[in-house]
Amino acid sequence: MGESYAALMPANAYNWIAVWRRNFLAWRKAALASLLGNLADPITNLFGLGFGLGLIVGRVEGTSYIAFLAAGMVATSAMTSATFETLYAAFARMDANRTWEAILSTQLTLGDIVLGELVWAASKSVLAGAAIGIVAAALGYASWLSILYAMPTVALTGLVFASLAMVVISLAPSYDYFVFYQTLILTPMVFLCGAVIPMSQLPSSFQHFAGLLPLAHSVDLIRPAMLERAVSVSAAFHVSALCMYAILPFFASTALLRRRLLR
Amino acid sequence: MNMSSAAIDLAGVRKSFGDKIIVDELSFSVARGECFGLLGPNGAGKSTIARMLLGMISPDAGKISVLNEPVPARARVARVRIGVVPQFDNLELQFTVRENLLVFGRYFGMSARKIDAVVPALLEFARLESKKDVRVAELSGGMKRRLTLARALINDPHLLVMDEPTTGLDPHARHLIWERLRVLLVRGKTILLTTHFMEEAERLCDRLCVLESGRKIAEGKPAALIDEHIGCNVIEIYGGDPHELSELIGPYARHIEVSGETLFCYALNPEQVRVQLRGRAGLRILQRPPNLEDVFLRLTGREMEK
Ligand SMILES: Nc1ncnc2c1ncn2[C@@H]1O[C@H](COP(=O)(O)OP(=O)(O)OP(=O)(O)O)[C@@H](O)[C@H]1O
Ligand SMILES: [Mg+2]
Repeated sequence: MGESYAALMPANAYNWIAVWRRNFLAWRKAALASLLGNLADPITNLFGLGFGLGLIVGRVEGTSYIAFLAAGMVATSAMTSATFETLYAAFARMDANRTWEAILSTQLTLGDIVLGELVWAASKSVLAGAAIGIVAAALGYASWLSILYAMPTVALTGLVFASLAMVVISLAPSYDYFVFYQTLILTPMVFLCGAVIPMSQLPSSFQHFAGLLPLAHSVDLIRPAMLERAVSVSAAFHVSALCMYAILPFFASTALLRRRLLR
Repeated sequence: MNMSSAAIDLAGVRKSFGDKIIVDELSFSVARGECFGLLGPNGAGKSTIARMLLGMISPDAGKISVLNEPVPARARVARVRIGVVPQFDNLELQFTVRENLLVFGRYFGMSARKIDAVVPALLEFARLESKKDVRVAELSGGMKRRLTLARALINDPHLLVMDEPTTGLDPHARHLIWERLRVLLVRGKTILLTTHFMEEAERLCDRLCVLESGRKIAEGKPAALIDEHIGCNVIEIYGGDPHELSELIGPYARHIEVSGETLFCYALNPEQVRVQLRGRAGLRILQRPPNLEDVFLRLTGREMEK
């Protein structure tokens, strides 16, 4: 059992790159449509909520609401693009399109495929996060350099949510189940984790719970970076928490996917 | 046959899904350079066996070794030298023919230069030179199958595992694939193929194994199986009451089968049978040498009566 589980793991440090490049080639063929689709939603949110609510809310945590929100939107868009890429596109490659089946007949392992998919989804997060950051910087709500500082966390956030979504697709019988994950887990996280509302506004019992959620860790890293605030000691804690959120589901989903794909 | 000379070796392999036994105590061995066929009706377990050879399904019991690697434990290492044609095409439909080969070559860790070097020969082999930059979605079924075959060859495999390589193709496309496979055998590749076309098995396979419900019911060279299980001429008779006819010619036949409206009469001396039928109106009689189809019908007992 242990030995055969080990045989599922990435075979080496670079096999996954072939999977990433396969997805990149497919993406390049539809890049424009996919870019617009990825970016329209968070940018609309940024403007709609930012200007609209900004009028009512005024200043939040010592900054304008739209600057506060911009950091939340970068984190949220990293979360949603990695999630959607994994739930829908990777699921299609696993299920209907039989792409994974084809790859599994080569020298790649299931772990190589999962890793390639996770890094790919994280790459799309970086793209989405960077685009919103660029809009925010162009409008003067963040500095250009601060956007660059935020990118490692954006990438890590992408890995985390791709990894969690991988567990979802390893269990879901069909597309129909994904909506539960989105509405029951992801959407509440946006509101609980300080992406659009400061966490200090939540009842204190919620704050403790919400502080453990992955999106909270990533907001807590991205916002100080974008607002150019000093790095606190808790940054190390947030980074380690995100790493756990990326790594543990990776192992879990690989084991679950074996049950699903390799009987 | 010792382990090191065999390309594939199965011993006592069993597999069930739930309480349904899919592969039952199966053993066979395929020598290097040989073309080995797995024959059987739908659901006999052919695809399950093919996937087991690749490590994509683990047996419940028994031993599998492929290219001297224990499977599934070291299936990944074995797959470096295996080419796979799956039952259902899993090509990248939105990619071009060339891109499909490129992407697949990368899975084997090949550099772009190395892939570019082998692609022209593969396209030529698959007779797809003119389709190089066409999207796969626009190819016919036969072309897709040939591309799948070309893709399976990108890593210059020693062994090809092909699950129904010609199902769903028209006769012309099928003959083209057969001809290509014969070229591969001449080049010394080992082929394991599954099929339910007896003609395919008879033309291509050095040896074959007939399966029913996951159990091996016969194994051997096609000609030997035909000799052993039939070993005489076949007269097909259409257009009469099969039961009445079988009473009439029974004494002169070695064996009689009725399948639908057709009566198959296996007789050492067909003239004796024909004499009995002489003068009967409305009968169509076809005399032919026996083939694997007859063996299959005989062994699987499907639609058989006597
Ligand atoms: N994942 C599974 N769970 C349960 N039963 C399965 C599973 N996969 C296959 N089977 C069953 O195993 C049996 C053998 O299937 P398999 O696909 O190996 O047959 P086959 O000989 O390839 O048939 P065909 O000629 O139709 O391709 C079938 O009865 C099928 O229903
Ligand atoms: Mg099959």
